[in-house]
Amino acid sequence: MSVAENQAAAGRGSARAVAILSSLGRFLVVAVTTYLGLLAVTFFIGRVIPIDPVLAVLGDRAPTAVVERTRREMGLDLPWIEQFYLYVKAALRGDFGTSVLTTNPVMSDIRRVFPATIELATLGTIIGAVIGVPLGVLAAVKRGSLIDQIARVVGLIGYSVPIFWLGLLGLVLFYAKLQWIAFPARLDVVYEYTFTPITGFYLLDAAIQGQWDVFHDAWRHIVLPAALLGYLSLAYISRMTRSFMLNELAQEYIVAARAKGLSERRIIWGHALRNAAVPMVTVIALSYANLLEGSVLTETVFSWPGIGLYITNSLQNADMNAVLGGTIAIGSVFIAINLLSDLLYRLLDPRTKAG
Amino acid sequence: MSAETIQSRREWLLSDRPASRLQARLGRAYVAWRRFSANRLALVGMLIIIALVAVAALADVLAPYSATVGDLKNARLLAPSAAHWFGTDDLGRDIYSRIVYGARWTLYVVILVAIIAAPIGLLVGTVAGYAGGWTDTILMRITDIFLAFPKLVLALAFVAALGPGIENAVLAIAITSWPPYARIARAETLTVRNSDYIKAVQLMGASPFRIVLRHIMPLCISSLIIRVTLDMAGIILTAAGLGFLGLGAQPPLPEWGAMIASGRRFILDQWWVAAAPGAAILIVSLGFNLLGDGLRDALDPRSGDQ
Repeated sequence: MSVAENQAAAGRGSARAVAILSSLGRFLVVAVTTYLGLLAVTFFIGRVIPIDPVLAVLGDRAPTAVVERTRREMGLDLPWIEQFYLYVKAALRGDFGTSVLTTNPVMSDIRRVFPATIELATLGTIIGAVIGVPLGVLAAVKRGSLIDQIARVVGLIGYSVPIFWLGLLGLVLFYAKLQWIAFPARLDVVYEYTFTPITGFYLLDAAIQGQWDVFHDAWRHIVLPAALLGYLSLAYISRMTRSFMLNELAQEYIVAARAKGLSERRIIWGHALRNAAVPMVTVIALSYANLLEGSVLTETVFSWPGIGLYITNSLQNADMNAVLGGTIAIGSVFIAINLLSDLLYRLLDPRTKAG
Repeated sequence: MSAETIQSRREWLLSDRPASRLQARLGRAYVAWRRFSANRLALVGMLIIIALVAVAALADVLAPYSATVGDLKNARLLAPSAAHWFGTDDLGRDIYSRIVYGARWTLYVVILVAIIAAPIGLLVGTVAGYAGGWTDTILMRITDIFLAFPKLVLALAFVAALGPGIENAVLAIAITSWPPYARIARAETLTVRNSDYIKAVQLMGASPFRIVLRHIMPLCISSLIIRVTLDMAGIILTAAGLGFLGLGAQPPLPEWGAMIASGRRFILDQWWVAAAPGAAILIVSLGFNLLGDGLRDALDPRSGDQ
């Protein structure tokens, strides 16, 4: 290799390094400002909107001494900017105050309930991706055919249906009438007290411990809510997959592959889908984030003891610390997934590699 | 009207050389309408929305019973029948009548959210796009921050602080739904910012305020309308979700989400109490989605089949 070529190669290498560093730097700036923005909004909701934030936290039946102490503890005698500084510092330590309803620190409550939500959303996303991606691919390949129409209708209904209502109808049909699934909860009462979870993901825990009766029971409880969330993500994933695939199938490399005599199957699943994979990873990640949020309504319907149910229960008891702590928890994960998938897209996309 | 006059009118509308501004506008509207009406599903969506508006307007005529006062003694939790098409609820109220009146609240929510959120987005987007520089960076950073938030959870927290009620639910949804409009308005502004006609207006001494208000905002309206229509279904679902959680409309308002919540207690035995309002939500959301898709394809052919 000549000197000039060497220099050119080094130049390309460092250009790529600069590109990676700049997208990492951008990622950090965006992550920090977005998280601060989330804290600013929850601060605004918790401290500025209520006429008396102490009242909002304690309720109207607290004794005067407690009210005074809480007022000082919350730093309400300080200027706003200082209050916000303290608020951010506490939030970074994971200190969201104490829940009035459970009397525990909000953070320990969240740690206890979050695995249930993660388990539900993960299973939902798996269902959505496993069915949604092939459905979207088929709809794109056989454009205008019956399967394309079906995919379209399935997607449209998924975008239009109130999930909590579909959950209630599902309970009537599969629990009350057909008795295929168990009642709304995470486990049967028998197992609630005998089963000791390790990770908090019951399906996984039961499998690790080899307790297949518990696994079966947990499955019977999770299957309907997970299928519903799966349907929501399926609607989104299949629609996006279809549009990505149509885009890829119109490219010239597909014509070239056909001219070389590759089989249709290889062209579609090997070439086109592979090139659509990067944006699809983003779509699946985003749909996962949406399911975390969508779990609020689903968990309420299925009495699923996750963070959604925690937030709604706290809402009904005017427990603002818990509501805002839960909002920050879901918000943080939501933001993290959003930004990470964006970063991943930039790093994985071959076009950004070249530049 | 004879076939010939229809033919000549069509030619007048489709003329390549319109003689007046009115003719040009009507011609463009006609072309858009032809594209739109070629899409059957979009027409179905439009019919659903027209039906929704009609039901809301004629609720007093269409509803055979009161929406808020029931017959507790004789008509509690009756199954669907000729007298009560969708049955009655636990307070002996006719569910069909409540759904008819509920159409008013659904319209109330979507219209209010649209007229609060769309102008905020329009203002932020056009100002950011026209001003550029630091103003643009800061405004768009704020927009992106709001865009990265989980909407439903944030709306929940807002309502929790503001107190339950349909007005507060509207406010909470509006606060969380303006960012996409700002993005769209900014993108449209950037495409026209450096065009000759804006330069001409600048040379004539128009103030930036006037340029944004009179010459940029009107151009953003059509893409904004498409996006708002597509978002309507999401707004309805969020409002219904808040109602279901007891944070939106309060009893005895016949809001569909709250009706599902009250039917939840009887879901295993008297399923119809929750079934009918949910079906109403599904149909109306579907209508807005179909209409929005159709409008997008008709008015914005670029995005075509996405």
